[in-house]
Amino acid sequence: MERIEEKLKILADAAKYDVSCSSSGSKRQNKGGIGDASASGICHTYTEDGRCVSLLKILLTNHCIYDCAFCVSRNSNDVKRAAFTVEEVVALTMNFYRRNYIEGLFLSSGIFKDADFTMERLLRIVKKLRLEERYNGYIHLKTIPGASEELIKEAGLYADRMSINLELPTEAGLKLVAPEKDHDSVRKPLAFVNNTIKAFQSERAIIRHTPVFVPAGQSTQMVIGATPETDFEIMSVADEFYRNYNLKRVYYSGYVPVNGNSPLLPEIGTRPPLVRENRLYQTDWLLRFYDFRLDEILNPKFSQLDLDIDPKLGWALRNPAFFPVDVNTADYKAIIRIPGIGRQSALKIIKARAFGQLREYQLKRLGIAFNKARYFMRCSDTPFRLGELNMAQLKSQIVKTSHTKYKSLSLEGQLTLFS
Amino acid sequence: MTVYVYDGTYYGFLNCIFECFEMKEWHALPVSESLHQSSFFDSERIIVTDAARAERVLNGLQQRIGKSRTSDFFRVFLSEDPKALTAAFRLLVALFRGNASILENYGDGDVLYVAQTLKKVSRERHRMKAFVRFSKSSDGLFFAFVEPDFNVLPLITSFFARRYADQNWLIYDVKRNYGIYYDKITVEEVQLDINARKQFGTAQVSIALDERDVHFEQLWKQYFKSTNIVERRNIKLHMQHVPKRYWKYLVEKQP
Repeated sequence: MERIEEKLKILADAAKYDVSCSSSGSKRQNKGGIGDASASGICHTYTEDGRCVSLLKILLTNHCIYDCAFCVSRNSNDVKRAAFTVEEVVALTMNFYRRNYIEGLFLSSGIFKDADFTMERLLRIVKKLRLEERYNGYIHLKTIPGASEELIKEAGLYADRMSINLELPTEAGLKLVAPEKDHDSVRKPLAFVNNTIKAFQSERAIIRHTPVFVPAGQSTQMVIGATPETDFEIMSVADEFYRNYNLKRVYYSGYVPVNGNSPLLPEIGTRPPLVRENRLYQTDWLLRFYDFRLDEILNPKFSQLDLDIDPKLGWALRNPAFFPVDVNTADYKAIIRIPGIGRQSALKIIKARAFGQLREYQLKRLGIAFNKARYFMRCSDTPFRLGELNMAQLKSQIVKTSHTKYKSLSLEGQLTLFS
Repeated sequence: MTVYVYDGTYYGFLNCIFECFEMKEWHALPVSESLHQSSFFDSERIIVTDAARAERVLNGLQQRIGKSRTSDFFRVFLSEDPKALTAAFRLLVALFRGNASILENYGDGDVLYVAQTLKKVSRERHRMKAFVRFSKSSDGLFFAFVEPDFNVLPLITSFFARRYADQNWLIYDVKRNYGIYYDKITVEEVQLDINARKQFGTAQVSIALDERDVHFEQLWKQYFKSTNIVERRNIKLHMQHVPKRYWKYLVEKQP
């Protein structure tokens, strides 16, 4: 029994750099067994680093034949190795799930022996959960690059989400730190699963009880700050993957140095680029939900995001001609481009203005970031403004008056010696 | 002003609407008897709860604004916030007097307050789905104690019944002294008597625990520790997502 605690310690520790925590997007229902994967997902707790815990995120084993410089489990590292048995993973998952600790299982693995051998083990676990334990909770399963299509296809019948990590945003970066890997071995299985999802969907349109196949879709992850890609390069890759493989999510994981003595990577003790990571996620959201095109936010001329302001505000400051937007007449797409107004507030504004012209005091109460939005919008009682705003001045004013949660963190990731 | 004193139930609240229209007292307001204090200036009337009348109000409401928005009013009621209840009451009166679209007027103070309360209740409901931690007793009952900010057990009943369909479970609201119990067939409201409660409260072992329960609690704590990335430590964010008042019943936050 103590041995399983040690295994859990090693294999949870090795899995934690995979940031995907989503438990949403599935629609698996409970039919006489236990559990369901509800559409909205639930975060059952949060670790002290502020990240959500919704899944039991573990590696089957941290034995690995590869030697990727950025990975804590690379085979040249002198770390404790462990491997769960199939029964152990099933028992942990079921007992945690029954106590409402988790939404489900996130199962990944180091590559031992070869891809098929590893994939086959993962498949055995998810099958046992679904068929023997009659478990209908969420399962996020790693697709092992290089595994045979038959195995991947079978696994997809039991998993809710599958993912393969790009690891480094560009092929060149990957070659540098993980010469045994390439992006093609990620693209191929992503494309295969995506095509299979589509095939199952069109089959379901004709035959209703077609089984579900990866109902919560696919995701991937890129490590940020390990190699010198620009934000533009990173987001271009993300944008392309969203379009070509219908990914549900691209995760950006600020690199936490785990291995010493690599001349290629940041040293141990370097702070992970948390602010940059956050700005990339904000950009990701603007692309997916706010109808921005990538070239509006990042392009070859403007290839790094501002760290001190969010990308929507940055775009607004570069495009003064778009503003002010009149909240009483503008359409939804224009209103969500106002910095400080989100989609929910925009919907409320549209509904509320049917009852009469909206004034500033009403906007303030709606829950928007008024301090930011005020410079970019017009309400019915906003005084008329002559000429254009001085955007440089405006930026410093907004930065000064807003309470950013990052004030305590040095924006450059580097502490100053004298301050 | 007229004050309607009702019994504190949702049906009682709806009866106040009925009364208001029967008597054409457009400015009357409901007060739960547990919160009521007589005032020299107000005239007051005790409202007797009549289920048939309450259902008539519910039916009328459903016809005007649909099922889901009708249930929103029940959710707001569960907030137990007198200000929200007053605002909801005024909106209901306006709705029945013909202003069917009022709920979308977010420029209006009452509408906004009700919407915000609804959001708070929904958040608490979601938290209870997340923060319930079952312990397993020796006879196979999975039980959990909670102290939610709002009275949200009625809103999570079907969720837990669907998810944990093959195990007996009990979720008990210690603050409001009632719980929901599921016996693999239906969910019932239960109340523990005071003596049993004392036993629960002082020493949880008085429900004999399944022998492996402590073991899995220990494993969960270990997992919680191992999955944390120390280099990214962000206690403020942690506290924002898991406010301290919930720690009492969270296994992973116990020493």
